[in-house]
Amino acid sequence: MYSEILLIGAGVTGCALARVLSRYDVQLTVIDRGADVAEGASKANSGIVHAGFDAHPGTMKAKLNVEGATMYPELCQELGVPYGQPGALVIGFTEDDRKTIENLVQQGIDNGVPGVRLVERDEILAMEPNTNPEVLCALYAPTSGLTSPYELTFALADHAALNGVTFRMNEEVTNVWQGEDGLWHVQATSGEYTCKVVINCAGVGSATIHNMMSDDKREIINRRGQYYLMDRVSPLPFTMTMFQCPTKMGKGVLVSPTVHGNILLGPSAEDIPDALDVSTTAEGLQFVLEKSKLTWPAASPRGTITNFSGIRAHEAKGDFIIGAVSGRTNAYETVGIESPGLSSAPAIAEMLGKQIAEEQGLAKKADYKPAKPLPKPFHAMSNEERAAAVAADPLYGKLVCRCEVVTEAEIRAAIRRPVGATTIDGVKRRTRAGMGRCQGGFCSPRVAEIIAEELGIPMTEVTKCGGASRLLTGTIQDAMKEGCCHD
Amino acid sequence: MTDPIMTVDVLVVGAGPAGLAAAIAAKEDGIDNLMVIEREHNPGGILRQCIHNGFGLHRFKEELTGPEYAQRDIDKARKLGIYIQCDTTVLSVEADHTVTCVSSEHGLQIIKAKAIILAMGCRERPRGALATPGTRCAGIYSAGTAQKFVNLEGYMPGKRVVILGSGDIGLIMARRMTLQGAKVLACVELMPYSSGLNRNIVQCLNDYDIPLYLSHTVIDIQGKERLSGVTVAKVDENRQPIPGTEIHFDCDTLLLSVGLIPENELSQGAGVKLSPLTSGAEVDDVLQTSVPGIFACGNVLHVHDLVDHVSNESFKAGRAAAAYARGQIETGETIAVKDSNGVRGTVPQRIRKGVNESVDLMFRPDRVFRKATCIVKCGNEEIARKKAPIFTPGEMAVVTLKPEIVAKLNDTVTVEIERGE
Repeated sequence: MYSEILLIGAGVTGCALARVLSRYDVQLTVIDRGADVAEGASKANSGIVHAGFDAHPGTMKAKLNVEGATMYPELCQELGVPYGQPGALVIGFTEDDRKTIENLVQQGIDNGVPGVRLVERDEILAMEPNTNPEVLCALYAPTSGLTSPYELTFALADHAALNGVTFRMNEEVTNVWQGEDGLWHVQATSGEYTCKVVINCAGVGSATIHNMMSDDKREIINRRGQYYLMDRVSPLPFTMTMFQCPTKMGKGVLVSPTVHGNILLGPSAEDIPDALDVSTTAEGLQFVLEKSKLTWPAASPRGTITNFSGIRAHEAKGDFIIGAVSGRTNAYETVGIESPGLSSAPAIAEMLGKQIAEEQGLAKKADYKPAKPLPKPFHAMSNEERAAAVAADPLYGKLVCRCEVVTEAEIRAAIRRPVGATTIDGVKRRTRAGMGRCQGGFCSPRVAEIIAEELGIPMTEVTKCGGASRLLTGTIQDAMKEGCCHD
Repeated sequence: MTDPIMTVDVLVVGAGPAGLAAAIAAKEDGIDNLMVIEREHNPGGILRQCIHNGFGLHRFKEELTGPEYAQRDIDKARKLGIYIQCDTTVLSVEADHTVTCVSSEHGLQIIKAKAIILAMGCRERPRGALATPGTRCAGIYSAGTAQKFVNLEGYMPGKRVVILGSGDIGLIMARRMTLQGAKVLACVELMPYSSGLNRNIVQCLNDYDIPLYLSHTVIDIQGKERLSGVTVAKVDENRQPIPGTEIHFDCDTLLLSVGLIPENELSQGAGVKLSPLTSGAEVDDVLQTSVPGIFACGNVLHVHDLVDHVSNESFKAGRAAAAYARGQIETGETIAVKDSNGVRGTVPQRIRKGVNESVDLMFRPDRVFRKATCIVKCGNEEIARKKAPIFTPGEMAVVTLKPEIVAKLNDTVTVEIERGE
């Protein structure tokens, strides 16, 4: 299969870049090994749009974080993606911590982060009364934001698809090489792709892909972070994102509201060999809980609705690597996009998109279509809006997920989006059906039926997250015909 | 649009066994302007998927299946002309008795009721609430979800099954999956005793040689896409896994039967005060919540073992709501009912002073007691006692206070279990 540009990796960076490139008159295909977009780190991170005080001045991380964070409010508005700017505190308990925090404040000022300042104990406790009263001082960053990283990725992908970008899922790349004619060849699950330009945005797989293309080897360390997600409560114990002093392994354990009103605890930071091992461990979860208690003494596993982990793509040298692949033609990459990768993604896409367009001589499209922002979810509607929605489409009157108040109309719409859901998890992340306190206990059978109907597949082919993750092993008639598997 | 479009005397949220019984009682008590709202396409609630028998022994002196039990109340409700609106989800209940609901057929409806009966039932505790580590693969279901797939949809969720938790639905599903050709490898229970009914242990595990591992839990879940196995370990008295006791099971399915939680989101929206012990509303002797005119019954109030008890409780709530709608219930001074030694979550939490009616005190023991006595006191004076060969957390205990005793209550009532052996 030929595509002028082939982009590997449908995470937030890849989808943001695909969207930028979709402004140009060029044929672009995005492939990913997952069954859906946002299946890697983009689905399992803290969801923080960092203000930009963490990264050392002069690094790519610092520049792109601050630029990206500035773009967020407008971008989320344009795409209809949830975004909030509750601010953040980085709290310290010792005089050593104070030094770290003073340095962070200075770094924030140097990086051009608006409004960063040092706050003392009384002000911290006035702002966040549930903070450990032993707190000494903190960095306060009023522009720290929150978003839903997977919903952003879906919206970016939809907008790119609306402008002609093709998305092909379940494509694991096993080899990449440049032919003598200069064309790139990419061996993937379904066959071989040929393209003029190849772009590697493969997250935890970005070094593996890079090393297929270049003799100048890179290394990605798979740094796993485990999280607890707590049920929505009102009022929330914290309105801001609460960081602890950073360590060399990262920003430390945070206690933060999510943009949907849950509380998130985590992440841990463990370097692991398998880039796909997103299991949680007893030790990891215990670590998260213990560390969280330093910020929030009342933290407890009671009220947990799930735990999960995600893997950060930590490049051994520590900074983002963005640009042309050295020593090669028509090859570009984003390698080592770990925190603040989500915050930086919009800026990475603009910067690299511009570079690619200039070097490849791409012309702007005449018929570039603006994004269609997602309709307001039923749960957020007023009574008048709800009445109007049901009048226009009676399926808005069929509640499927009671915990998160999601209707059948919204579930069908999620499957019919330009880059639509094909799995239970895909529906969950697009609509929140199954994301609540019963974790899909009531709604998953109905969601599976709707997926089967919409995709025209039997119920027994519906999966949780693609591949062999089928929900059901057969019908009860099949089970009786097969006979017992009693051994 | 936000003005009420309809007014009713009594509105019942939920047409499961609790809602049906409450509606029947209210109707029989003379309430004609009555409405039941049900989110599913048919009334009957969770009984619709409980196709095993054993229901109705107390109420009908017969062994019925779940659907048969429900059908008796559905038939009776139809005969009485009770209006049940199905396919309709209640979105909110407010303290001023405004109920907002939505359906495809009727759109958004705002209803004002003189009295409201909450009968929404309960939900299962999901995996996430247990903080069990491992992967998040397919093949992990709460037992009730699996029961729905098998009994209502006709699909098998898996072939080699481990069950975590020994709640009744898990035990029932151990037998159901076995009869349907699956291999149930083990039922694993964290506590040193089962949380299910003894008859279910015998009929659903022992009769099929399914081992029950007490004081064990699942400590790891494996499988990238579909479940491939679980690791089980023995736990110490603090419920912490004991290293070296791990047992591995190759399985494609893990069913969870680890507790039921009354589903009180609507109640909380109305400002109803909940008990941290039952996770249901705090109620008085006629099942009125902290919000006047809002009543609760069945599993939304506290989780029952037997539907017969649900029905009886709900008849009481239905009659009380009818009386409230007619302006015949006084909410005056009340006597507190408190848990004491060995007792957890007694319902009701208070009794109106000077009432001349019998009151059932329902509770769960906090551990297993053999040959023990339950003693109810008013102040320091003993007012009722009940002996039993066993009190266990898996079986709700009931002690009835006679009308003449209730009428004379003048001090805090306490419920305790006196150790026998």
